[in-house]
Amino acid sequence: MTTPSIVPNFGSDNSGRKLAIICSKGNLDMAYPGLILGNAALGEGVEVHFFFTFWGFDMIIKSRMEHLQFSPAGNTAMHLPGGNMHIPQFMAPAPGMTAMATKMLKKSIADLDVPEIPEFLDQIVAAGGHLWACRMSADMNKLDMSDLRDDIEAIISASDFIEMTDGAQLLFI
Amino acid sequence: MPIIEIAGRQVNVNEEGFLTEYDEWSEEIAKALAAQIEIDLTDEHWKAIKFLREDYKTEGETATSRRVQTVGGISVKEQFALFPKKPSKKMAYIAGLPKPKGCV
Repeated sequence: MTTPSIVPNFGSDNSGRKLAIICSKGNLDMAYPGLILGNAALGEGVEVHFFFTFWGFDMIIKSRMEHLQFSPAGNTAMHLPGGNMHIPQFMAPAPGMTAMATKMLKKSIADLDVPEIPEFLDQIVAAGGHLWACRMSADMNKLDMSDLRDDIEAIISASDFIEMTDGAQLLFI
Repeated sequence: MPIIEIAGRQVNVNEEGFLTEYDEWSEEIAKALAAQIEIDLTDEHWKAIKFLREDYKTEGETATSRRVQTVGGISVKEQFALFPKKPSKKMAYIAGLPKPKGCV
């Protein structure tokens, strides 16, 4: 028996949905969650604004964005790939450990065909995402627009960001 | 699963309306599916749809937006221009494939 045509709802119902993501961490592992969620939201037709602040600034500083790192120190949930083994905390600060953990994490991410942070932000901007930098973080680090990715729309104050994202859902990472 | 008639053919779809049988798809059906979501298919649209069909044949899953860019050579920006708002789902729908599973 044939049923009447079924057409997917591609979301005229969510027009006007807005998401604001505050990226405040500069560790490699903590840089990803906001970008993955924001990128997914863009693919669903949601308007997305990213606000980079404090340590999250490292994701958009040209001289640092390629060099984010991951450390097992203080992270008791970090296990070696493919098992339940983990690095004992007393060993986590040992020389070379951060470099090794960073390399391992980068490989796991690349294996899933997820891009590195700068390329991921390129993709997000291509999908229509908006990138904003925090005024106080810029002032603290003595940085201006020339130090940041070219697609940062502006350096704005916290209140500008709050005003701009009126009515948005908000994620703080 | 429901069966619907589209472009004069009966096809199996899931509860959202995505085709469930790879071989039931045809270009005529693609045109009808596209029309239902208000997309006029141009050569650029066809390039994306054909890439998705071919890629599915070898990979067994629907390419994500990222894969359409890196392997299919159609930039994310272009995908959003061709299939506004929800490019990966719209492309998959017209190509008669399941929604992509990947997160990125």
